[in-house]
Amino acid sequence: MNYINKIKIIRPILQQVSIPALILLLTFAHSVAEAAVLAEDRVDVMTHSYSGGGVTAQGPALLVRKGNDKSYSAFASYYVDNVTSASIDVQAQASQYSEKRDDISLGVDYLYNDTITTASFNNSEESDYSSDSVNIDMSQEFFGGMSTFNIGYSASNDIVKRVDNDFNQELNRYRYRLGLSQILTKNWIISLNFESIAEKGYLSNAYRSARVLGAYVPELSPSTRTSEAYSIRSLTYFDWRGSLRFDYRFYTDTWGLQSDTYEIGISKYLGEKNILELSYRMYSQNKANFYSDNFTAEMIYMTRDKELSTFSDTTLKAKYTYHMFENDSGFFSKGNFTVSIGLIQFDYDDFTHYRTGEKYSYTATVAQILLSLWY
Amino acid sequence: MKNIKTTLSIILLLSGSIGLSSTSYAVSVGQISPDFTLSSSTKINTRLAELRGQVIMLNFWATWCNPCRVEIPHLQKLYAQYEDIGFTILGVSIDNNKTKAVKMANDLGAKFPILFDNTQNVSKLYSIKTMPFTILIDRDGKIRHLFQGYKPGYEAKYSKAIRELLRE
Amino acid sequence: MLYSKILNLLIIALALFLTGCSSWEPWVAPYEREILADPIMSFSRQPSIDSHYSHVYGVREGSHGAGTSIGGGCGCN
Repeated sequence: MNYINKIKIIRPILQQVSIPALILLLTFAHSVAEAAVLAEDRVDVMTHSYSGGGVTAQGPALLVRKGNDKSYSAFASYYVDNVTSASIDVQAQASQYSEKRDDISLGVDYLYNDTITTASFNNSEESDYSSDSVNIDMSQEFFGGMSTFNIGYSASNDIVKRVDNDFNQELNRYRYRLGLSQILTKNWIISLNFESIAEKGYLSNAYRSARVLGAYVPELSPSTRTSEAYSIRSLTYFDWRGSLRFDYRFYTDTWGLQSDTYEIGISKYLGEKNILELSYRMYSQNKANFYSDNFTAEMIYMTRDKELSTFSDTTLKAKYTYHMFENDSGFFSKGNFTVSIGLIQFDYDDFTHYRTGEKYSYTATVAQILLSLWY
Repeated sequence: MKNIKTTLSIILLLSGSIGLSSTSYAVSVGQISPDFTLSSSTKINTRLAELRGQVIMLNFWATWCNPCRVEIPHLQKLYAQYEDIGFTILGVSIDNNKTKAVKMANDLGAKFPILFDNTQNVSKLYSIKTMPFTILIDRDGKIRHLFQGYKPGYEAKYSKAIRELLRE
Repeated sequence: MLYSKILNLLIIALALFLTGCSSWEPWVAPYEREILADPIMSFSRQPSIDSHYSHVYGVREGSHGAGTSIGGGCGCN
């Protein structure tokens, strides 16, 4: 039985058992140890940058979290992307442009016994795209804190425009997620996650073109897309004061796109409190069923969006956290400084350079510098 | 079928509440507190049985346990208040690193004795089910109260229980 | 359909079994959780950094979901 058929069986099952599963877990909600705690108060100030494939994006990001030491913890984040784009798609048909995107999130966690309920709102704005979403998540500890079950739902509404005319379309997105985090031994924890996303509305790209026998035509995607993603993560501690992380995610959707993501990471204490983390990530996907680099005949749905082509990318990441201070007196109780850098190599199998006709590939650099303070 | 499922789920919900709320412990209210000897930050060894005659609070904590860190300043207040009239607190740290435990206790202002259970034998003896875990022992060495975990407001319960035990 | 019925019955059976047990012993006791509480044993030590990577990948790859970031849309043409 291939993947698609397996998924077609698993998804309805997960949806149908979720209610009894929810009741089961709520039944044991308050048993044994009461150990759920709200996230710590902290402020993160970060600068991020991306450069690759003719695109650069950088900006600040700020995250603040504050609780009332009892049952509430509120958080707010502000993120800015300053983008200049002369990507391969832009080069083919347009000229370099600059843009700014603002992203704001506000949310609150509420703790009752072993359950944490989170409600949050997100807004993303740029000159030709805006998105609003609401999210609700519940997290429940049980079996003496050995297991944590998560369930969440998001609904969003996006408005798609063009900078050069009064084009205006909408799209709605609904996300549904389940997760289970399980302590296996005193050195080993795993996490299983499932997420299904249903999109409906204008899912094409307002600026992109498809290619038919060498000529550019407007692209058109179906107006619905449903996906499922399944992931497993494992984290193990070792005597040499380090940990090994392994992640795998499988993704499939109704556009025929499937992908596998593997990631392996090693974290190690250097000195008493500083941490060095090295990780390697491998991603590969096969194309959406209405994708072609150059169609030989006109179809109802056509796209030449390289995001939907057959390609793979590999990332090498290094992250160093310097432990600045930690004490129980003074306004800030702990401070960390983190520098992170990543190199991503993109290799496209069936997307070619518009001029040379060669399979397209490029390298991107991603970096973040982060100051975290706890209070 | 749907109705049966709903009814069954409701029955489970109710029976689950009853079934699992009574968890068995190795120690229970009314029994004599199991004796032990541990090294401490103030003297070489502290033996629980030798402290009989005082009202004793046994508080199991660790540097890596957030609710424990929030609780300790409250415990210090109780210690300062009732120490002179026959009350003491033994802060049993289960950390592997004794120095770290002493440093954190000092930073949090704790002046009561910190005992080191780094082999976790006493935690096993008392069958600790949560972190932190607080036990109130009366002047006869009997366990009178068990508190699982710490939530803001518990210190009022501690205070009330300590006053009652001191009056006996 | 059959799979979901079987799974539902298993869950109900499990619930009945669990209600029969009067005590649950987690095999990693609360006082043995020092390592699990260590920052190096967290799946996400820096949510801000992970969120940024999630965005970088989300914009360039065709897959989304089952990760750590929630919400936000991006035109990113």
